[in-house]
Amino acid sequence: MREQLHRFFRAARGAGVRVSPAESIDAMKAVADVGFGDRGILRDTLLLTLAKSQDEKQALGECFDLFFSQPEVKEEAAESTPRDAAAGETPSGDAGAPSPGLGELAQMLLSRDRNAIAAAMANAANATALSDIRYFTQRGIFSTRILASLGIERLRDDLDALTATSPAEAERLAAALGALRENVREVVNQALLLYGREESENLRHEILRNAPLARLERRQVEQMKALIRAIARRLRERYSKPRKRQRRGHLDIRRTLRRNAAWGGVPFLTSWKRRHRDRPKIVAICDVSGSVAQVSDFFLLLIHSLHEVVDDVRSFAFSGHLIEVSDILDTKSPEAAMSEIMSKVGFGSSDYGGSLVDFEKGWIRAVTPKTTVIVLGDARTNNLDPRADVLRRISERSKRLVWLNPEGRMAWGWGDSEMPRYAAFCSVVRQCATAKQLERAVSDIVAAYQ
Amino acid sequence: MNNNLPADSIEAVTSGLAAAGYIASRQIATAVYLAERIEKPILVEGPAGVGKTELAKALAAWRGLKMIRMQCYEGLDEAKALYEWKYAKQLLYTQILKDKLGEVLGGAETLAGALDRLHDFGDVFFSKEFVEPRPLLQALEQPAGCVLLVDEIDKSDAEFESLLLEILSDYQVSIPELGTVVALVKPTVILTSNGERDLSDALKRRCLHLHIGFPEQKLEERIVESRVPGISQSLRTQIVGFINQVRTLDLKKLPSVSETIDWARVLVLLQSTELDHETVKDTLNVLLKYEADIETTMPQVTSFVAKAGRQGVFG
Repeated sequence: MREQLHRFFRAARGAGVRVSPAESIDAMKAVADVGFGDRGILRDTLLLTLAKSQDEKQALGECFDLFFSQPEVKEEAAESTPRDAAAGETPSGDAGAPSPGLGELAQMLLSRDRNAIAAAMANAANATALSDIRYFTQRGIFSTRILASLGIERLRDDLDALTATSPAEAERLAAALGALRENVREVVNQALLLYGREESENLRHEILRNAPLARLERRQVEQMKALIRAIARRLRERYSKPRKRQRRGHLDIRRTLRRNAAWGGVPFLTSWKRRHRDRPKIVAICDVSGSVAQVSDFFLLLIHSLHEVVDDVRSFAFSGHLIEVSDILDTKSPEAAMSEIMSKVGFGSSDYGGSLVDFEKGWIRAVTPKTTVIVLGDARTNNLDPRADVLRRISERSKRLVWLNPEGRMAWGWGDSEMPRYAAFCSVVRQCATAKQLERAVSDIVAAYQ
Repeated sequence: MNNNLPADSIEAVTSGLAAAGYIASRQIATAVYLAERIEKPILVEGPAGVGKTELAKALAAWRGLKMIRMQCYEGLDEAKALYEWKYAKQLLYTQILKDKLGEVLGGAETLAGALDRLHDFGDVFFSKEFVEPRPLLQALEQPAGCVLLVDEIDKSDAEFESLLLEILSDYQVSIPELGTVVALVKPTVILTSNGERDLSDALKRRCLHLHIGFPEQKLEERIVESRVPGISQSLRTQIVGFINQVRTLDLKKLPSVSETIDWARVLVLLQSTELDHETVKDTLNVLLKYEADIETTMPQVTSFVAKAGRQGVFG
């Protein structure tokens, strides 16, 4: 049973429930106490000790139900009996008396001993370490291994021998073998579901995280949106902790003296130094022309789902000219907001100089010494005047100026890219083409305020 | 009943809590049972008013133990939760003992000599005498053990959670000047959370995690039965039936068990024997705490009452 529990912990990890060794020890202790008698109580016990949130409880509950309902061993009889009856050759009494001289597996299959087959399969699964299965590509190899460990070699020989001696029995055996294969496949599939879900999901996420945002396929866009939401949640959890922190241990001498003046300076009441931190204020200026549009799209989606962390976001979008889009993003659903922004300013050829001038004219007062200004764009000015002097003035007013460029470093400064000229006035310039880079960039920006 | 030994079965927990007026579901009873057997704190999560705090009270009442409650809030720190030096007392004593100190040190020729003499007195001002125990330290010092309720832990700061870790896993606290205080008898610890923020993994790992949701209809009827004596069977069924329907609506704050009990009490006071839509409309404000919620529910009342009435007949 201990073995069984260990495998259940593995399965729980597969289902995305983080089971630490300490928790598994607790669970073991608890299970030793309540016993295996009542499945309901066992389920409650494991849920209490292993799952630590409502979501985890649900996942673990499903995992428990799946784990303790191993697939039924299918009988080959269901398929073969009607055919046998129609042919009218094999009397049913024959089924219980397999010919001597056959291998163990063949005997088992012919005698239709379901319990024995199930036990043999469980043993074979253990012997081949089926719980190590992680990816769906491993299904074939594990099926083969289980069949081999069940003794399929011997069975094949038996089958060949039987075909020569008694064809009817050989046919039954072949049918049974088919059913067995199906069972093994099912066992492997279930194991994959139990133990491999987490891994394959991670793999998919990892691929998605590193895919260039600008060239996503349509079906990936939805997944990417979910990923961005997950990133936003992660960043919120990390940075939304209360920022007011008393620095105990540092006496504020001036205030202490002042408060205790009434007692002749004997310090009855002490006061301690406090440290205040600001929440980030962000001004985001995003290029929404052509190839950069999609990256801007995801970036704005991310920034605007960080309400708990970020005090104040003002977003601006431009291609030919610049407009403020904060209200659109705050009031509408992401899709509607994006299409409205696109219809207003999108898909033109970008004019960085003109747009920067627009910004300075209309909204330069939004930039304060506490503000981080983020510019997202490829800095391709279509050979128009880049007006780097405007960027310098913005940079001087702000706390930091961060430029996120979806293009690779190699392309900066080639053709009509004015990146090097702009870079002189930026605190940070970084490439930002994938979800991973996007997360890093935003995380760094927010962390600068902690 | 032997009060100091853990209960020997889950049924014993259920009946014990029931004797204290708390009708526990199987999950809750299992959690309490396990908490005592493997000596782990229970972290209780769930919506407001489902009886998280009540569980601790009932447990204390059943066990005949003292309940020490610590209400968490933002800015709670160790001085208010664990212990504090009685700073004013220390200062007062030094002022009073100034002359005495002068006598003691009077004979010393050098600074080093004076220091040596002072050392002979030990740390008089940092002894147990001057420690003000706060709830957590109190809980460890109870000779008979106790039930420690850390209420609404999600309201406190993240730093405070870390402070709790030592107590939760080893049932001890370290006071730098005095050393480590170990619990005389390990207290039963119950933490409650409304899920306002996510608690740290380190804290969760040390606890059994119990989620109390809205109870099933049958269980809720039994809860009402035990909490509101003198309520008729049919009215009880109707009340619970009605509330279960209200919970299917999209409301800002769903009515929970405490509201059910309050409402049942009100209806008993008004001497109603049947649920009729006039009374329901008049007393809906007991059940729902937002104007918007009442407006949403109002048009549904008649049909809900009719359905609940049918349940009363057949259920």
